[in-house]
Amino acid sequence: MAEPSREIAVQARSVGNVAIIYASDYLNKLSGERIERECRRQLESGCRTLIINFRDTELVNSIGVSILVGVIDAAEQSTARLIFSDVNNHTANLFEMLGLTRHVSLAADEAEALSLVSEA
Amino acid sequence: MDTNTQRLLHTFSALADLGQEISDTNDFEEMLRNSFHLLLGSLAIRRGAVTEYDREAGTLRLIASRGFGESTNDALELPADHARELASFGSTMTLDGATRRAQRFLEDHKALASIEIDLLLPLVVRERLIGIVLLGEKASAEKYTDEDLEVLSALARHIGVGIHSHRLLEEVEHKAIENQRLYDGLRKIYKETVQAFAAAIDIKDRYTQGHSVRVGKYSEIIAREMGWSDEEVEGITIAGYLHDIGKLIVDLSVINSPERFSAKDSKEMSRHPSAGYEILARINHPYAEIPLMARYHHERIDGNGYPDGLKGDQIPPGAKIVTLADSFDAMTTDRPYRKKLPLEDVLEDFRANTGTQFDPAVVCAFCRAFLNEIEGRKEKRLLNLLKKNYDEVESVTPLLNQLISDFDGASLTATAH
Ligand SMILES: [Fe+2]
Repeated sequence: MAEPSREIAVQARSVGNVAIIYASDYLNKLSGERIERECRRQLESGCRTLIINFRDTELVNSIGVSILVGVIDAAEQSTARLIFSDVNNHTANLFEMLGLTRHVSLAADEAEALSLVSEA
Repeated sequence: MDTNTQRLLHTFSALADLGQEISDTNDFEEMLRNSFHLLLGSLAIRRGAVTEYDREAGTLRLIASRGFGESTNDALELPADHARELASFGSTMTLDGATRRAQRFLEDHKALASIEIDLLLPLVVRERLIGIVLLGEKASAEKYTDEDLEVLSALARHIGVGIHSHRLLEEVEHKAIENQRLYDGLRKIYKETVQAFAAAIDIKDRYTQGHSVRVGKYSEIIAREMGWSDEEVEGITIAGYLHDIGKLIVDLSVINSPERFSAKDSKEMSRHPSAGYEILARINHPYAEIPLMARYHHERIDGNGYPDGLKGDQIPPGAKIVTLADSFDAMTTDRPYRKKLPLEDVLEDFRANTGTQFDPAVVCAFCRAFLNEIEGRKEKRLLNLLKKNYDEVESVTPLLNQLISDFDGASLTATAH
């Protein structure tokens, strides 16, 4: 289990040097900035693969999208790989439509996401 | 659900959320951050900044930014004519128009050229430029469509209004505080000026040094005892300070004569209340009654005073108070033509002239205030003024009580107005 950063209750864990972060329903409010901060923290500490798990996220609104775009930016700056897992159909369509999928791989679940990492 | 419908729903909900955000939250920073996320997230825009236009400084100040790094931290100059031009475009723009204008704006602002701005949205409220939203590319890397611009313009309008109302509110609050501060400051300065002026009046009359300030203080004590409001008390204090201001234009030799005034001198001297009124009426005082208090401080309630021979209630209550304070100080200090009187004699004079020269209610209030200080119920202000000239003041307690019982309830003509 990754050590949670001080201010946040963002759920995150590490598998090897892969960080898995749970989007939960934080994402759609200002509290989503915590997720972005957690991702940046992971990147700064050298992590080069981020998996964001959407299993508890039913819907992503504009705030959520904005925060994810911020995460994409951060990952690209660190040349890190970004994978979204457990994204429901509706949300996957939205990500596709908005062009997020040009920057991110989608995986059905964490296992698939981790296998994508080992492929690389 | 087809893609277009979903897209529409997504952007529409951003607009709805934004409307909610702007009307709900009291926290400006939070409102701004939320609004900015909504704006960027509606179209998954990768970089963006909200700048606020400072009309006085002629600069754009960054108030929110994402994806631009540190490059936009400096305030950008924006001359007033540019601001007017941008404002005149309104916030609804076609893509072509927007890019052309953006291009021109960017050419003028080299600092921005390095940060890859695709779109520029002026925030306009009531034809005034509030700020500019700068946007980079979308995550999809597609060009902005007309529909995108419609959505962004609507969102930007909301943000503009949000910033504008916040600043208005801030300004109102700031103005209220500033006004209070200015007002308090002015009152203080006014009081100090008046005190300095009073000292100047008294210096002219070398036998009555400190007289005006003392009359102000005695008047204040009496008015407070009579239940006047703080503001009225402040007014009468100042009236006391200024009651003899007319002496400034009375012949100096008359004032400083060691003899009791001759008939001619007396005539000259009796000009001072009207002269004072003429001076004071020309000044805008925070307290309207001041000129009248100066004019009528030598009136008597029996009508034998000057300058107008007013009777009883015709004399303003404040003038009646100043009259007593003035007489009290005159009798308790040395004058060119006589020494100060013993306190017993002063109170006897009051008793003899109450109902003719002095108003009974004012005399009673004065005696009550005096007693309150002697008996320790009130701070010793009157006593401290008197103790400079009298070793022992407590012995007059029976006389004060006597005066109160003689005149209490005899007249209410000088009660608080
Ligand atoms: Fe006078």
